[in-house]
Amino acid sequence: MIRLEKRASPSRFWLYATPVVAVLLTMVVGGVLFALMGKNPVEVIRTIFWDPLFGEFAFYLRGQLLVKAGPLILIAIGLALGFRAGIWNIGAEGQYIMGAICGAAVGLAVFPTENRMIYPVMVIAGAFGGWAWAMIPALLKTRFNTNEILVSLMLVYVAETILAKAATGFLKNPEGMGFPGSRNFSSYPAAANPELIAGSGLHWGGVAALVTAGLAWVLLTRHIAGYQIRLAGQAPRAARFHGVSPGRLVVLCMGLSGALAGLAGLFEVTGPAGQISIDFNTGYGFTAIIVAFLGRLNPLGIVLAGFLMALTYVGGEMAATNLGLPDAAIQVFQGMLLFFLLAVDVLTNYRFRRSAGALGAK
Amino acid sequence: MLLQVEGITKAYPGVVANSDVSFSVGAGEVHALLGENGAGKSTLVKMIYGLVRPDAGRMELRGEAYAPAKPAEARRLGVAMVFQHFSLFEALNVAENVALGMENPPPMKELAARIRAVSEEYGLPLEPGRMVGDLSAGERQRVEIIRCLLQEPKLLIMDEPTSVLTPLEVEILFKTLRQLAREGTSILYISHKLEEIRSLCDAATILRRGRVVATCVPRDRTAREMAELMVGAALKTPERRKAALGPVALGVSGLSVESPIPFGTSLKDVSLVVHRGEVLGIAGVAGNGQDELLLALSGEVRAEADRVRIEGHAAGHLGPAERRRAGLVAAPEDRYGHAAAPDMSLVENALLSGAVRKGLVAAGFIDWGATRAFAQEIIAAYDVRTPGPEVAARALSGGNLQKFLMGRELMQGAAVIVINQPTWGVDAAAAAAIRQSILDRAAEGAAVLVISQDLDELLEIADSFAVLNEGRLTKPRPVEGLTMEEIGLMMGGAHGMEVAHHAG
Repeated sequence: MIRLEKRASPSRFWLYATPVVAVLLTMVVGGVLFALMGKNPVEVIRTIFWDPLFGEFAFYLRGQLLVKAGPLILIAIGLALGFRAGIWNIGAEGQYIMGAICGAAVGLAVFPTENRMIYPVMVIAGAFGGWAWAMIPALLKTRFNTNEILVSLMLVYVAETILAKAATGFLKNPEGMGFPGSRNFSSYPAAANPELIAGSGLHWGGVAALVTAGLAWVLLTRHIAGYQIRLAGQAPRAARFHGVSPGRLVVLCMGLSGALAGLAGLFEVTGPAGQISIDFNTGYGFTAIIVAFLGRLNPLGIVLAGFLMALTYVGGEMAATNLGLPDAAIQVFQGMLLFFLLAVDVLTNYRFRRSAGALGAK
Repeated sequence: MLLQVEGITKAYPGVVANSDVSFSVGAGEVHALLGENGAGKSTLVKMIYGLVRPDAGRMELRGEAYAPAKPAEARRLGVAMVFQHFSLFEALNVAENVALGMENPPPMKELAARIRAVSEEYGLPLEPGRMVGDLSAGERQRVEIIRCLLQEPKLLIMDEPTSVLTPLEVEILFKTLRQLAREGTSILYISHKLEEIRSLCDAATILRRGRVVATCVPRDRTAREMAELMVGAALKTPERRKAALGPVALGVSGLSVESPIPFGTSLKDVSLVVHRGEVLGIAGVAGNGQDELLLALSGEVRAEADRVRIEGHAAGHLGPAERRRAGLVAAPEDRYGHAAAPDMSLVENALLSGAVRKGLVAAGFIDWGATRAFAQEIIAAYDVRTPGPEVAARALSGGNLQKFLMGRELMQGAAVIVINQPTWGVDAAAAAAIRQSILDRAAEGAAVLVISQDLDELLEIADSFAVLNEGRLTKPRPVEGLTMEEIGLMMGGAHGMEVAHHAG
């Protein structure tokens, strides 16, 4: 019989090997899935993982990678801080939407004024929108001990309703011939988030993501607040003994992750998306959860994981259009990645053992 | 012979728990297994009870080969065990808990009647309908014992049964055990309390580092002789240096706090003072408010400002970090998850409570160099056996981690030191070293408050003595001139007297 045995210390090898093994397992099992659907698995896997980097249209798709990875990384880093502390913000999608709406509303309110201070103020408003939306589950948790998973998740649907209202009502483009959606920021320079280097896909959101990753790494490894976050997640009673107030930590972590998600929303709405529309959100807030875990809740790992996940997005779209694969199959494929990651993760703290044989056997 | 054990060997990765262990227990014999923590007693009885399988060796029960694959098989053959840590559900009543441990429990009514019958027969008063959450530790142990007795065992294994009992409850337990032995039940009794073994046991097997080093008849040996056999060296008694009492460093007055622990004991109107240079020992049976007292002193549970005073400053409203700054350090009992984060390294655990007083954090940033130096200092000063300071706390043995955690608090130069169970699970030599450094800190002028369930330990190091009973603290009295009878009375409290009445 094979059983699991707890390791004396976590395995450093498996800490880093786990994501790689998970990606390989996803490719194999995903390949089987695609084969069962009547597609050539090798071709699908190549379309998803190879073509965006080195294929015919790589010059365009590589830029798309950064466009997709930016918000994923930004959101995932905020979530990872909370997850490290055992605070489960599942509603980043809602905070992302609210950040976009708040930031966009500030810009649209002063349209068409041109002033260099407009965009920075919009950035702050975006962060505030996400922060405020995250404060709802945070305060409900500290005051009434509600479950932040449920509250933050349900607030996503509230945010989506507000988004629909914004797109068709209070932020609707007055010159839009009655179509839903706000003014397009690409035609409003003071409030736009353009590509910084043509063709690179890099905009302020990407810059913010990389800078945030660096800051988060410093926070977790060098700063006492990062230590307290890790401590609270690993040993809550020891954290209280150290002097961490659980309520303050909830407010801090939920606030940080909300603000970062809000920022991601603001950069997206003023950049790649261009406007507030009914279907503005595309699930970055949920995919970021996978990115956070795929990156081992480590800021630098999250940067890599963000690009990997962006690859499955971009490549998945290619596979959908070129090979006629349904979107749902791509989502299953992405879900598999998290599934295998969590499964293989067991090996970091446990190892397989053959059970001892019969009595007296040597 | 009832049980014969021959050449039992069991190795775990990196450590041999038992090596060629042989001994035998006769019918109706009370046999002691003696040894320090880590000597291999627990592994040995787990093999007899079918929880662990030996690598080599053989056992015989009543003359027949005995190799239980699981505890159920051991129980069927007449071997029962009472564990040191109870496996009871607090939200269920006594009869329900007993039923959960049985293979084929009879209907509740019948079971309740049998529990009453057995409890009367053996002088162990227990009401089948009571919630286990409301029972004292001694009463909980009775639930476990009665659960075993209902199976009419031939061999009863008891793992450190008296560590949670008051002196009175110990007497009741011993009466029961002697009665069982007279009726022909053999008892395998694990303990490191030597006087108890001298008064109860017919024979003793002494283990050291997994090997049998001696067998003896406890009545013919002194406790000191047996202790030296256990340790394998002459014992050093901590030296007490008489220091003049300084001003009051810790003052607690009328402290009442709700327990934050489910089924915990709230503190009721606790008052005490500890002077600089004084060690105040607080005795009591586990679950009488010890954990709550530590939480209230460490700052994890807060009270009104003037209920707790550190060097004259009101501190009741302060949290743990602020109290450390004010001069109070605390060491909780539970090593894994409270005093230390098991998955973090020793360096990170040094930071856990050392950050404030050791100045390991500047402007929010951690000075890892200084933290590592502090961890290494503790490791060197307290002889912590570890490959290095980067090892996860959970990789250390309980005793070694305890030494590290004691060192962490004792090396911060605090004015007030509060410790719950300083030597829990630590071997005799290390325990002596820890007690010595507690006395040294007091001699240097610290006010020390030690909460412990080990009376001998408290009498060895304390200047004054009080007992915590159901959340109330008796008036502290000087240890000098205190008799065992007076201590017994202080400890007995209300429920002990009640027990005596029932038992009588």
